Formats: sequence, C-alpha cells, structure tokens
Amino acid sequence: MTTSLMDRIRDRAFADSVPLAVHFDLTYRCNERCVHCYLDHDDHGEMTTAEVKGVLDQLAAAGTLFLTLSGGELLLRRDFFDLLAYARLLRFDVKIKTNAMLVRDVEAARIRDLGVRQVQVSVYSHRTEVHDAITQAPGSLQRTVNAIRFLSTRGLKVTIANVLMRQNAQDYEGVRALAAELGAEYTMDPTITPKMDGDTSIVALRMPAAQVLHLFKDRSLVGDDFCRPAAPGPVDDPEVLDALPCSAGHIACYITPYGDVYPCVQFPMTTGNVRRQPFINIWRDSPQFHEVRSIRVRDLTACPSCGYVATCTRCPGLAYMEGNMRGPSSADCEKSTLRAAAATS
Amino acid sequence: MSAFVIRGERLAARKVGGEMVILSADDSSLFVLNEVGTAIWEAADGRTSLDAIADGVCREFDVDLETARRDISEFVTSLAGAGVVSLSEVERQ
Repeated sequence: MTTSLMDRIRDRAFADSVPLAVHFDLTYRCNERCVHCYLDHDDHGEMTTAEVKGVLDQLAAAGTLFLTLSGGELLLRRDFFDLLAYARLLRFDVKIKTNAMLVRDVEAARIRDLGVRQVQVSVYSHRTEVHDAITQAPGSLQRTVNAIRFLSTRGLKVTIANVLMRQNAQDYEGVRALAAELGAEYTMDPTITPKMDGDTSIVALRMPAAQVLHLFKDRSLVGDDFCRPAAPGPVDDPEVLDALPCSAGHIACYITPYGDVYPCVQFPMTTGNVRRQPFINIWRDSPQFHEVRSIRVRDLTACPSCGYVATCTRCPGLAYMEGNMRGPSSADCEKSTLRAAAATS
Repeated sequence: MSAFVIRGERLAARKVGGEMVILSADDSSLFVLNEVGTAIWEAADGRTSLDAIADGVCREFDVDLETARRDISEFVTSLAGAGVVSLSEVERQ
C-alpha cells in the first residue's frame, strides 16, 4: 500500500470528520476463555442480522472504508457469512479478527472468495501447553494453526497477533518462527487492558518492566525507530502540542454487538446507540465525540511538560479507563520510559 | 467506442472528500481517482456504454466529446490493466 497516498486519504478524512475506520464487534460470545480478555461473553441481546446490515448501510453512507469485524469469536454468529457478504457488497475493505477455531478449508475458501483483505488470528504461544492454558480451551493451538494453514493455502493474508503477558513473555520468538513457517505476518502487543466493565484485575497479567525492556531491545522485533530517548526538557514545539492525541473519535470508532458506539474498542465511553439513533447523528452530534475531538496534546494534564510527549504512544482510552481521558495512561508512561531505556542501553 | 466497463469485484471502494479510494483485496494496491475518474468508476456498471459515459463526462465537466472519448478509453484501459475494471463488448444483464 502506498503510504503517501494513504496519508493523504487520512488527512482528508480528518479534515472532513469522516469515520474512515470502524471496528465492529458482531458478538462477545466466544469459544475460548482467554485469561486476559476484557469482555463479558454472555449474550446480552446482540444485534440481529437486519440490525447489523442496517448499521453497515449507514457506515457505508457515512464514508467508512476500513471495516474490522471482530468479537468475541465472530464465526459463532450463524449469520456471519451473510453479514460478511453484505459488507463486501457495500465495498468495505474488510479485516477479520478471529481465533480461527471454526475455520476449516470450506470457511477459508468462503472468506477468500468474499474478498476479505486481511485475517488476524490470535496466537499466544508456539507451545501447546502455554497457548491452551491462556485460552483455557484444550486443543485450541492445534485448531488455530490448522486454520492458518487453510487460510494461507487459499491465498489470504494472515497476521498472527501475539498478545504478550506474564505467561507467554518468553515465547515471542517461537511464535514469530511459527508465523514464518505458516507464511503469516507477525505482530506483538504487550498491552493488557482493564475489562470493559472497569474491572482492573487482569492488569496484573501485564509483563513486568524488565521483560518489556528485553522486548524493546530486540530491534528485529520493534524496528529501529521505536526506541527513542526523551527530549532534554519540556517541549514547546507547536506541532507537537497542537497534535491530536489519537485518531479515535476523529476518523475511527467502535461499535459493540449491542449497538453502543465508542471512540475505540479501548475507549469504552458511550457516545450513543445505533438502535436508538442513526449512526451519523451520533458521529456528528454526540457531546462525547465533540469533547474527544476538542482535545489537543497541549490540553492534557501532565503530558505537555513530559520529555516523552513527542514520541509517546499514549492511549486516551486507557487514560479514560484510569479516570481521566486528559490524564496520562500509566501503562504508556511506563512504555515511554522503557523505550528510552532501550534506546540508550 | 462501444465497450462496457465493469467495476472489479475484489475491490473495496469509498468516496472520501470527492475522490474514489479503491483498495485491492488481493495485493493491497491502492488507487485514488480524481473527480472525473470517480464519475467514470460510478458509471462502470456494465450496462452503461463507454460512449454514454463520455457523454455524461462532457455534460458534467468542461471537455469536448472527442477528447473525453479518447481520455476515457486510455483511462479505462489502464484501469483494466491494473485489474480495477474489466471491459466487455457485451452489456451486462
């Protein structure tokens, strides 16, 4: 994909407040019980086929191009392929996030034939005992790996997403090797977020700082530009201070299976519900979206005076879950410190 | 010029700020069409002939028919080469 062209499209979407990218969870039900999962897997009344299609119509009309369909495990929806076909009929660029446990060759072929561009599959470890202990689903690694083979064989672009936590911190090299063997791309993420209901107990699963530092020192994993030392003092560059903290709420948002609209899957602030209001009214008029859009880096409570402000990957959603969307996200504060430490060690 | 032009199926597409953004599911190729290109893409339903598309472009934009026909022919040929559209001598039913 041409980066400069994509930057131009993003700039245009920012200028016009177009919801260019939407993450839509079709269900929270799941056939795994991952120890770090932030969701409640009971079905509290997810949207019907007709309701989902209606929302897809509205997103297409609003200008959404990039559509991530996820869950829960979205293949648990009996109407999944009907919804996927409808999304492609509306010419969304579709990315699927799945554990792939229910993907056999026939499902892989249908996903490919419907024109899905990317499939992201969660793999926690190359070791059965570690992966299956995290998913709490015996046999899950084998089924997932088999599915990746089906998807790759059908020519689909598969990315293995490797969420890292205490249990599997040592296994990223093994998962990378597995990805290479399967012809899949690899991405890792050491972020463990609190549960959507605010329960922070799973945050204890986050990797200890020393392990994150070890990860950040691996340039083959994070790239050469990832680790940067802090600026020597407070930043007074207007380009930094006037920057938007994140694309959430500006050109991107998230929709739950129950129709709630949030700025992002990691930013569970209800801005409206598509069962009660047209999506475009929520996107354009919700006071919460207006507030999110009004925030610039200079408005943040602590960040403007921080030496890491120019390079920090602060997540406003994590800050929101800590109690203040203008405040720091402590997990990202720690990451910035570790990136700087990795840069100088 | 009597062929018909049909939008490719394995593509995502959305108009962003008046320009059609097209993305290939197969190789992630990205295309951005300008206003005239967007009008041609939107008319590429397999039932509207290239002559009719040229007529429409002449009505909407400041261009003479001969130039429009020549430019559209070159344009759709290049798009067909990139797999964005296909050309057919037969009208789609």
